[in-house]
Amino acid sequence: MSAPTGITRATLLKDLRLEWRSKDAINSMLFFSLLVVVVFSFSFDPSAEESRQIAGGLIWVAFLFAAVVALNQTWAREIRNQVLDAYRVSPAPANSLFIAKVLGNFIFVSALEALMTPLFIVFYRLRSLGPAWQLLLVAVLGTWALVVNGTFFAAMSLRTRSREIMLPLLLFPISIPALLAMVQATTSILNGEGARFWIVLLVSYDLVFTTVCLLLFETVLNAE
Amino acid sequence: MTETVPVTVVSVSNLIKQFGRFAALRGVTAEFSGGKLYAILGDNGAGKTTLLRTLAGLNQPSSGEVEILGASKFHDICQQVGYMAHPSLLYDEMSGMENLEYFARLYGITSGTRCAEVIRSVGLDPDLVRPVGQYSQGMRQRMSLARALLNNPKILLLDEPFSNVDLHSATEMVRLLARTRDRGKTIFLVTHQASLLEGAADEFVWMEFGKIVGRTRELKRPETAQ
Repeated sequence: MSAPTGITRATLLKDLRLEWRSKDAINSMLFFSLLVVVVFSFSFDPSAEESRQIAGGLIWVAFLFAAVVALNQTWAREIRNQVLDAYRVSPAPANSLFIAKVLGNFIFVSALEALMTPLFIVFYRLRSLGPAWQLLLVAVLGTWALVVNGTFFAAMSLRTRSREIMLPLLLFPISIPALLAMVQATTSILNGEGARFWIVLLVSYDLVFTTVCLLLFETVLNAE
Repeated sequence: MTETVPVTVVSVSNLIKQFGRFAALRGVTAEFSGGKLYAILGDNGAGKTTLLRTLAGLNQPSSGEVEILGASKFHDICQQVGYMAHPSLLYDEMSGMENLEYFARLYGITSGTRCAEVIRSVGLDPDLVRPVGQYSQGMRQRMSLARALLNNPKILLLDEPFSNVDLHSATEMVRLLARTRDRGKTIFLVTHQASLLEGAADEFVWMEFGKIVGRTRELKRPETAQ
């Protein structure tokens, strides 16, 4: 049997290839985020100071909603033609699939963030008073928090009838601590205040939820 | 080359599978010898697909036991089993070769020639770059069979492999399966087109209302069946 890392790599490459060909997730995410940026920028006309106060919330809520689109797509491919059953009957470990899906979603959402952040900066005239590299750290930790839980709950809602509604219903409440930490950390850094507490909270959240998801994923995958 | 196979390769004992209040399998007990082609027949809702999915480890029995190649846990012998479902279990956006290369990795198959070899064995061209979504139904079914054969399994579980396949292709598939059986593999095949298997199947297993109601060597419904 292939090493689990080899299977993870093969699954990740397969997902990237499928997304490259279909562009299902990235197009929907981009379109949605673009709408949020444009609509909010017309709705508010904040000063530079006000922008620093609200930008953290705006950015992360936009990315959270956009990520849900990608997260729903991630498993939709696997239930089309019941391809997931082919994985389940194979000797490949369940967690290799989970990690590949998380990494794939992390890449998609990170790409979206990389494309949308400059637009946020321009539309909201953002200038960070704190160290900007910390924003990158918050982005990485925050994105991981969203996709690890999102991938897990998307798999959980896979066999439900209205899975597109089920995912946000399951994901949003459990993401509140992470979302709070992301927003507060971003706002603190933009305003030149310390964000250490919120970053530590995000690291802890990521560690706990990644471990729990890895422990439970096999049960979720094989649920009937 | 013929492989040595144990006498009984699959045994199920008092197998019950319930979905909520509905019992899809109601106490199936049977033993199946190796190196044979079993055609599982019955009306819609008889429990054929559920039996096959339970053998494939995709459905957990509500009670009863399943033993395949001496193991009671499917995971222990999954390397020895090939499964073909009614849907194709293939990614529509990828070519047949790309699909098989991915599944080969799941089974730890590193030989580059194995995928091409198995695609040729089902009568398709490994160099076909068209995505599977653009294949005809018959081609898709054959590619799906190629995926099931990829790991050179000792036991093949095939659910409706001939559905929507033209007569010529279906006959070719039966010949391929007969050759596979002759190499010592055990094949369980669920179908509504039993006549295709006359002369090829070793045994016809008749199911009704979640039970096996008879096993015949000829394609003749047993008198015990309703």
